[in-house]
Amino acid sequence: MSQMPMTQTRLIDAQNLSVTVGNHAALRHVDFHIDAGEIVTVVGPNGSGKSTLLRALIGALPLTDGQIRTTDGLTIGYVPQALSIDNSLPLTVGRFLSLPKRFPSDAIREALEACGVSDLENRQMTALSGGQFQRVLLARAVLVKPQLLILDEPTTGLDQSGSAAFYRQIEHLRQTLGCAVLMVSHELHVVMSASDRVICLNGHVCCHGTPAIVASAPEYRALFGSGTQGALALYRHDHDHNHDHHGHDHA
Amino acid sequence: MLDDFLIRAGLAGLAVGLAAGPLGCFVVWRRMAYFGDAVAHAAILGVAISLGFGISVNIGILATSIIMGLGVLNLTGKGLAADSILGVLAHSALAAGLVAASLLQGVRIDLTTYLFGDILAVSVMDIWIVWGGGLVVVALLVWRWQSLLTSTLSPDLAHASGLSPKVESYILTLCLAIVVAMSIKIVGALLIAALLIIPAAAARNISSTPERMAFIASALGAGATIIGLWASFQFDTPSGPSIVCAAAGLFALCALIGRTR
Repeated sequence: MSQMPMTQTRLIDAQNLSVTVGNHAALRHVDFHIDAGEIVTVVGPNGSGKSTLLRALIGALPLTDGQIRTTDGLTIGYVPQALSIDNSLPLTVGRFLSLPKRFPSDAIREALEACGVSDLENRQMTALSGGQFQRVLLARAVLVKPQLLILDEPTTGLDQSGSAAFYRQIEHLRQTLGCAVLMVSHELHVVMSASDRVICLNGHVCCHGTPAIVASAPEYRALFGSGTQGALALYRHDHDHNHDHHGHDHA
Repeated sequence: MLDDFLIRAGLAGLAVGLAAGPLGCFVVWRRMAYFGDAVAHAAILGVAISLGFGISVNIGILATSIIMGLGVLNLTGKGLAADSILGVLAHSALAAGLVAASLLQGVRIDLTTYLFGDILAVSVMDIWIVWGGGLVVVALLVWRWQSLLTSTLSPDLAHASGLSPKVESYILTLCLAIVVAMSIKIVGALLIAALLIIPAAAARNISSTPERMAFIASALGAGATIIGLWASFQFDTPSGPSIVCAAAGLFALCALIGRTR
């Protein structure tokens, strides 16, 4: 990643990204940017390159074309889609949070508490439940006080109420940390209600913009079909609701 | 006092055990057991080449081990499964080494020394080499500890923190080559991987953090080499297999302690 002087708020500016995984062109000519404090969600069908995009942005995949520019000293908190810890590696939660940068134990306790999993510090990572594990991953990501939090389908394996609680946690963290959030999500209703911008990906960028714009785009409807009706209705409901409140305030 | 071959071997073996412990932890965590075998087997080819060209055996082993390590690193993930590539390279290197050694004219080498270790072969010079190599390995591991652990856990997490997992793999490969080169006379090429894996696996039973596991593995490795060398002297058995038997005994003990806790 090269660095360049850019406007204060642009954290990542990526242009014309192409990534080949094996012989498969996973991403083709993708433009992407994210500004400070924004919540951007990437949606798309399975195998559409969502995870590939995130991994390319953190530098884990070589680009076949294009370039990624980041703001000076960008700190990223990354929550991977899945992390399997080999049973041969003894690792307590507290130790995991101190990788690769070491943190004092009160900072670790604070991060765990902020993510709703206090008192897990001395537990082995392999002994955690799915929900606890995801929150510990989140705690590790927020510990570096990131400017950008990147989450790759963070609620995989959580039940519906668990994932709703998890997203509320992220929203709360965004407010307290003031960081931008970039996430991949399958849960369209979350996308539609909580994001500032949505990018619909299918190897290339099909469409992007505010949730309302993306939801009504024919490309998006072609990809997600009638299954999106519920999510759309929910979004519209939320949207109307906000308008009502505004009306009340003014009256 | 250093004239006594048993003390010479003991001093050298101590360094081997201390360095093999923490490095062995990474071999276990990263499932690199076969990788370690491949690098160690390449050492026999290194011995044959060094004797053929009249260069230092230590340098020859180090060079072939590094080349083998880099070869494996760069070939994996490109078509064949990792264990198949390792199987091809490890056994080819061992076979080529044995063939080359038998073709050497005029040089008589006792291959069993390099295959199974021989405490009679340890010179005062070897002690310096082994301690020097061991200190380099431990220093590298301590220096890169946090990055190595993060990369072992997940290359993606390492990337996101601005680290390069590739660099860490190279460092581990270098450490592995150094340990192979320095321990071949004592443990032998066929059993070096065992000295890496067994103390680390034993330590896993009684450890709750990576640091503790590395520390205990180091102590167990040192203990196993000392016990093994003593047994080798006492019962006139080859030193490498004796050391590995001692390590296996310690493994059983640790597994038992781990069970009862």
